[in-house]
Amino acid sequence: MKIPDLAELALRNLRESLLRNSLTTIGISVGVASLVAMLSLGIGLQQLFSRRLAKSGLFDTVLVTSRRDLRGMGRERDDSTGPTPAESRVLDEPARQEIERLPNVLEAYPDIRFQTKLRFEDKPYLEIISALPSSAKSNDAFDGMKGSFFSSDTAAEVILQKTFAEKLLGKIPARGVDETNVADLAKPLLGQELTMIYSQRVPSSASPSPLAADAVPSADGDIVGASYSVVSREQKLKIVGISDQDPESMRGPARAKVFLPLKLAESLHVMQPADLREVSRAASDQPVYSSVSVRVKNPAQVQLVEDAIKKMGFGTFSILDASRGLQLVFRVLYAFLGIFGSLALVVASIGIVNTLVMAILERRREIGIMKAIGASDADVKKLFFAEAGVMGIFGGVVGVAIGWAIGQVINFGTNIYLKNQGFPPEHFWAVPWWLVALAVGFSFFVSLVSGLYPAGRAARLDPVEALRYE
Amino acid sequence: MTTAPPVSFARSTAAIHAENLCRHYHMGDTLIRAVDGVSLEIRAGEFVALLGSSGSGKSSVLNLIAGLDRPTSGSVIVQDRDLAKLSREELAKYRLRVVGMVFQSFNLIASMTLAENVELPLRFAEVDRSQRQNMAREALERVGLRARMNHRPSELSGGEQQRAALARALINRPQLLLADEPTGNLDSHTGTEIMDMVRQFNRDLGMTVVMVTHERALAERYAQRMIFLADGKLIDDSKNEQQGGRP
Repeated sequence: MKIPDLAELALRNLRESLLRNSLTTIGISVGVASLVAMLSLGIGLQQLFSRRLAKSGLFDTVLVTSRRDLRGMGRERDDSTGPTPAESRVLDEPARQEIERLPNVLEAYPDIRFQTKLRFEDKPYLEIISALPSSAKSNDAFDGMKGSFFSSDTAAEVILQKTFAEKLLGKIPARGVDETNVADLAKPLLGQELTMIYSQRVPSSASPSPLAADAVPSADGDIVGASYSVVSREQKLKIVGISDQDPESMRGPARAKVFLPLKLAESLHVMQPADLREVSRAASDQPVYSSVSVRVKNPAQVQLVEDAIKKMGFGTFSILDASRGLQLVFRVLYAFLGIFGSLALVVASIGIVNTLVMAILERRREIGIMKAIGASDADVKKLFFAEAGVMGIFGGVVGVAIGWAIGQVINFGTNIYLKNQGFPPEHFWAVPWWLVALAVGFSFFVSLVSGLYPAGRAARLDPVEALRYE
Repeated sequence: MTTAPPVSFARSTAAIHAENLCRHYHMGDTLIRAVDGVSLEIRAGEFVALLGSSGSGKSSVLNLIAGLDRPTSGSVIVQDRDLAKLSREELAKYRLRVVGMVFQSFNLIASMTLAENVELPLRFAEVDRSQRQNMAREALERVGLRARMNHRPSELSGGEQQRAALARALINRPQLLLADEPTGNLDSHTGTEIMDMVRQFNRDLGMTVVMVTHERALAERYAQRMIFLADGKLIDDSKNEQQGGRP
């Protein structure tokens, strides 16, 4: 029999015992719904984590350093294992541009960070300062920020981390009370002026200064190629934002509390610790960086980009390896959720077997008639398979809908709870298209497997006996 | 009534040839010999009645000829096919292409309309839908049921149901029409109507007809030849003088 004919006959037969077949199909739906609900929770949670992590910039960022920086101090003077030129390069502006031109790289920006003195209302503070590229605006560390992000990449503006803001206002949070409201900090600080006192690096020929560092011998004993002077300068900065979270959680104790726009920071030519070490290698007046952050298009390409940068002779670091463990955790979670979800479907499949075996008993005579007028065993078998399959597809489709609805309800309920607890709403539930297809396909497959025994039994019926049956 | 004479092949060839045909089965510890060494030959185009009392084995013989059952021993050859040697699949094809069957209880499928019942064999034969519908309409037209093609069997009288069953039996243009007590559930007037139709198909289409009945009068009126069975054995095979033994 042809497939359209089979489907038509199967549908007709299913309609004949509508109640029983509907109940069986609902059984399948419940099974599929539980599977979909379980898996979509798992997927939703993983997507939530991935989104968070991607936004945090941890997973798509590669930190590039000149290889020397990664060496231990003790080995730096070891000439026998001295770096060959291919292995070690200066991380300067041309290198940064070269990295930026690599495929899959969104941007490569120098990490400018230095410790310097800040003055606010005539009181001095010592703090680590870091520069942020304009792309950092989408970093979710700034989600809870009061005020605004830098108006431009060169604006004389500053964003403060909450703990530093507390320090400026002389507020020390009491032990046990872990949250100070950012809004309370922002009110007196936004728009205020902060003065940064820093050391500027100036090529020595241009302006001789008392701090001239002429002929500083390099670590490798190279001939000194350039010299510079250090001049003390001041820069007034307007406080535009107070950040709730810590955009640099990845850096641990070295994280900065004060942030400047990147281009502004570059233009200041602040003396950085790396300058002391790299002074001999700076062949031109191109800036040299201690490290460069590279943003990759998506986390999947991090490894490729890392390899390419390593080939260029730089050291790299990314948090990708840590994420592999997390992926394993999610795989195990999927497996568990999937197994629990499938259990209901297995129970439902027993319902299919039961329904079809009942149908064979009821339709014994009909099977006999069909065989008498020329139906082959295969025709009868296919017909029962088709009935099982139709129930499976219907059950699958309805089940996906129910599963989706359950997800929506739980999502809604959870978000009401989150809102009451003062958290932003989240999306825990994801039913991607592949899951829909997988669930319907799996339901169809399970139904066909359930139909194996009844269909075989129907096909083997002896027509003479079947016709005798009243 | 005389014993069967050697069949003459002068006019037509053998459509059915059974040789020492046996169908035994066990019911508990007892062996039932439903068909016990039947040999017969039916020529193409013949109208034969299988007569006997209940349990004589006539329906069993018909089922063996129909390919619904397999002989325990012996052979039944229908148009050069040894049915005992066909696979289940081949037997189904044989039932589909060669045989048309009508039953005492009509055996229409209750959930289908007449048209759907009639075209069901064509579905198994994988005939296209449009062609199928035309053929079903034609077949129902032939038995005078064109107007009722969209009715379900339960909405029809017994005679109408049996006519629909006839239309279904004929839709694949079989060479062999097998009828198992076709008038058993009908009043005599309707029974006559059905039998007239069967005779018409036998005459007009040259179809070989084998009819099982326990009504001798019916057999005498329509069959050219009457084969009597008792206890699974052939006890008499005679030409029907009224019909002149001619198709």
